[in-house]
Amino acid sequence: MNLTLKVWRQSGPTAHGRIETYEAKDIPAEASFLEMLDIVNTGIIEEGGEPIHFDHDCREGICGACSLAINGVPHSKEAGITTCQVHMRKFRDGETIWIEPFRARAFPVIKDLMVDRGAFDRIIAAGGYIDVRTGSAPEANSIPIGKEDADEAFDAATCIGCGACVAACKNASAMLFVGAKAAHLNILPQGHPEKDKRVLAMVRQMDAEGFGNCTNQYECEAVCPKEISADVISKLNRDYAAAIVREAVAE
Amino acid sequence: MLKKPQMNALGTSLLRFWNSSIGKKLIVAITGIMLVGFLLGHMAGNLLIFQGREDLNDYAEFLHHMLHGWGIWIARLGILGAFVLHIIATVSLVQQNRAARDSRYACDTTVQAPVSSRIMIWTGLTVIAFVVFHIFHFTVRLDPDLAGMKDPGNPDRHDVYGMVIAGFQNPLVVIFYILAISFLCSHLSHGIASIFQTLGLRTEKTRVAIRNLALAISVILWIGFLSIPILVATGGLKDAPATSSASSATPDPSLSQN
Amino acid sequence: MASTASSTPSPNGTLNSAIPDGPLPEKWTRYKAKAKLINPANKRKYSVIVVGSGLAGGAAAATLSELGYQVKCFCYQDSPRRAHSIAAQGGINGAKNYQNDGDSVWRLFYDTIKGGDFRAREANVHRLAEISLQIIDQCVAQGVPFAREYGGALANRSFGGAQVSRTFYARGQTGQQLLIGCYQALEKEIAKGGVKMYTRTEMLDLVVVDGHAKGIVVRDLTTGEITSHAADAVILATGGYGNVFFLSTNAMGCNVTAALRANKRGAYMANPCFTQIHPTCIPVSGDYQSKLTLMSESLRNDGRVWVPKSREHAAKIRSGELMAKDIAEEDRDYFLERKYPSFGNLAPRDISSRSAKEACDDGRGVAKTGLGVFLDFSDAIKRLGRDKVEERYGNLFQMYEKIAGEDPYETPMKIYPAVHYTMGGLWVDYNLMSNVPGLHVLGEANFSDHGANRLGASALMQGLADGYFVIPATLPNYLASQKPGTVTTDAPEFKQVEAEVKDRIAQLMNVKGTKSVDSFHRELGMLVWDKCGMARTAEGLKEALAKIPKIREEFWKDVRIPGSPDGTNMELEKAWRVADFIDFAEIMCHDALAREESCGGHFREEYQFTEKDEAVKSGYTNPGEAMRRDEEFAYVAAWEYTGPGVPPVLHKEPLVYEAVELSVRSYK
Repeated sequence: MNLTLKVWRQSGPTAHGRIETYEAKDIPAEASFLEMLDIVNTGIIEEGGEPIHFDHDCREGICGACSLAINGVPHSKEAGITTCQVHMRKFRDGETIWIEPFRARAFPVIKDLMVDRGAFDRIIAAGGYIDVRTGSAPEANSIPIGKEDADEAFDAATCIGCGACVAACKNASAMLFVGAKAAHLNILPQGHPEKDKRVLAMVRQMDAEGFGNCTNQYECEAVCPKEISADVISKLNRDYAAAIVREAVAE
Repeated sequence: MLKKPQMNALGTSLLRFWNSSIGKKLIVAITGIMLVGFLLGHMAGNLLIFQGREDLNDYAEFLHHMLHGWGIWIARLGILGAFVLHIIATVSLVQQNRAARDSRYACDTTVQAPVSSRIMIWTGLTVIAFVVFHIFHFTVRLDPDLAGMKDPGNPDRHDVYGMVIAGFQNPLVVIFYILAISFLCSHLSHGIASIFQTLGLRTEKTRVAIRNLALAISVILWIGFLSIPILVATGGLKDAPATSSASSATPDPSLSQN
Repeated sequence: MASTASSTPSPNGTLNSAIPDGPLPEKWTRYKAKAKLINPANKRKYSVIVVGSGLAGGAAAATLSELGYQVKCFCYQDSPRRAHSIAAQGGINGAKNYQNDGDSVWRLFYDTIKGGDFRAREANVHRLAEISLQIIDQCVAQGVPFAREYGGALANRSFGGAQVSRTFYARGQTGQQLLIGCYQALEKEIAKGGVKMYTRTEMLDLVVVDGHAKGIVVRDLTTGEITSHAADAVILATGGYGNVFFLSTNAMGCNVTAALRANKRGAYMANPCFTQIHPTCIPVSGDYQSKLTLMSESLRNDGRVWVPKSREHAAKIRSGELMAKDIAEEDRDYFLERKYPSFGNLAPRDISSRSAKEACDDGRGVAKTGLGVFLDFSDAIKRLGRDKVEERYGNLFQMYEKIAGEDPYETPMKIYPAVHYTMGGLWVDYNLMSNVPGLHVLGEANFSDHGANRLGASALMQGLADGYFVIPATLPNYLASQKPGTVTTDAPEFKQVEAEVKDRIAQLMNVKGTKSVDSFHRELGMLVWDKCGMARTAEGLKEALAKIPKIREEFWKDVRIPGSPDGTNMELEKAWRVADFIDFAEIMCHDALAREESCGGHFREEYQFTEKDEAVKSGYTNPGEAMRRDEEFAYVAAWEYTGPGVPPVLHKEPLVYEAVELSVRSYK
């Protein structure tokens, strides 16, 4: 199949970016979206140009590296997948496809379609963990956890940190990301002792990174490759309110 | 000695609360509850117009004499406070949001965000403009004709009933009311559901119920408020003795002056 | 063999595995009791470099920082959370015996040794089995959401043909959940200041000062800047080399550079020919293909593997004239069930993979390319109902449909083996230290625990064991002999290596040829897959060894790397890695050629059972099964780099089995 690509090119973090047009010719319908870009890049290299840079690694939908907005939608409009899982058979021959980086002030562009998502790491560092020294753990089965809690925590824990939630949000809010991690750890009994501290620290770091605020439009859950529900945002709001009240009244 | 640092710590906590994204949103949600409550009460009061002049004017009089006349001012200040806080917090949030997404997609699209959620700031700003107009229209009563109306049955008191019907004789006013109330209800359809999300009450179990409740309240308010100007404009509600027609979507007896 | 725990191997001397004295089950306990310690106040004076942030590297960096060391951790990804450990699906073994089905540390140890076809070191494997218990405790405490029973206790499943249920799992995302736990611990230490994290930073060389590994030279993948980092010890946890085959289930960025550079600086490369081919991957569909996708092995619990009995039928399926359902039951060859009646479709990975290859080589493959066999769920759907099958495998079926565009509920999946894991790696002793003092190697990057074949759900176990529990106990053994902070990047060795790195980058940029990096990588990959893949012959390996230098020559003459080295340049990154893969492929083929036996993932066609062998006559095994030659080859092959274009030199570490008896693996 033949396609027209409208691709964001930006030579470096401070450079001015623009959309450029490429023709993708003879693309096998079985190819994945990133393999299509590989083919286009091979062509660009052979013609002496610089290939289109994009982040990718595992190419099986779990590492969270790939991060393209395809026709304006992070990871494409197909539900529940990452960019690397998009296949060309979902496109029509002759179609024009817009390919842009994930856009948010907190995710500055590094080059072309690559962005810096270090802000997510810093949010986790602020409190997205259970502080347990290696070796100090109690016997694993000494803390029974009901299957329902375990499942709910798991659903939140499936986050791959790709940043699509931020990229899809018109406010570039990171609430789904933060909510998912907070829910994962707050639901589990192991995470209870640090619950308040965790929520306050993560939200403060999120704000400091320059992410926007949630306006409850749920674009984030629509593009989340792991289909994490915006209910985790509700839970984060609840946990935050409780934490701030306790913080205010506690000695 | 112990007290002072605690006060400071409390102050710090409050400031942090206000400065945090979720804190501001909680303020928007709580003030939102107050405003929705007010709207429901206001609408219920307005609908007394269908009971006739006597009942509506009685109600208006009651409001103005509550707690020796203090009641209405307490309510007004409370609502005004909520309104102003709601606006300050949302405007600040919107500014942060714009800054957070400093570049747009060349191919800009949405997947599931309803239109009402995408125009919140615009519907909100329209509502502010409307509220200002509405207060001058029916509460402050800049128009001396409206201000001077007296209840035919009890000339000592203001004729709210007559004022409403006279007020909606101007088609431009009616159109503005319809537009503004529609925007308000669009604002509410997203806003009410958002209150539950912000307060952390939305879960898998409550999700659908919340959406339906928000929609139901919005529709009820929309019908309730608009029934009055529309019926007045179409002649369905008339000032009994004289020419013109009936009531108002919004005139708030509770806010109108005595 | 047996020696004291504290012995330090010399760089060019014989291989001293430093296995502690005492009976096998007590070695690790005794080791810990006698190991050297570093005073808490002194720990912060020591600095440690950790390269790689997967399960092994991330766990090591976090734990060493908790202990008080100053840690610098490097990863090429944009975040430590993306290391390829994340892609492991199935689970992690732990000999907890929660199921009361007869499991024990001993049994896990024995299964691992036997599964590795008796080419792993007893003492290391026993330690691994012991630590497996602590790992589960640690991960649960971190909040890893393992599957649970309704009563709240941890659930287990049997995995990869194990006869006990000892695998802990988190749906099909166990690797992800374990890595996230480890990453969170790492971020916690980063926030506390104990770990300085360098993301998007790739190690390009090792710096050895006075015979000790004292630092690395790295390239910042965003700015292109080359910098040096010195420390009192260097830990490599850089994963496996599966991408030497171009197509593998590894992530695109996985590479052998760190290990190969260490090899060139004196560390021995051990058993590189032991590569694991996973039987259940989605077959290749065309030349554009960039990687292969693994389908969880758990599918073999209910799926039946088959090809048509006749080549004609297979040809018609390939051309689309016939569908799988058109083949009558009696015309199907359920080859695993036929050959291995007691294990059936759950036969170990190497055996299942080779059987699929044999069927396809026989012209009975069913994918378009001829390389694919059916994995059929129609019987399972009949027996259990569609709902039950969906509950068990729904997400895997979905994943398959997304990639292959076919609905596995309607038509059988097609699968084919693909390179998945590499058992070989840098040689390490019991301390996980290589023969270059100070250089420690963890996880898939070392060779130590899996022998010639790794069991399912054991990779995660090993990575975490090395990182959380082994290295924190063994590192002081080396550090105690070192005065902290003696070597800095001012040492001339750093300047020298930095200059060499810059020079090599300039060389790569200056080739200005015509062919893309990928084209060379693909050419190399196809060659080694063909000659050093699922089945190997002396002839084929010699052919490969003749061709690899030509690929290298061509590469350095005609590769095209556009752009500049100053700033992000993915082609340059790939070129450096591919150049190292080319050099590595040679060592791998030398190793495969020298190992004149078949064992685990290494199958030499010359060494297989035939009708004439006693074991076949007695019905113990089948003709065509791997023939190990314990008398000559029960050793670790450790390869020393001796110079460009010169064949590496083989050093042997004999494998001495004190506790188990070597036997022929039979899964019949």
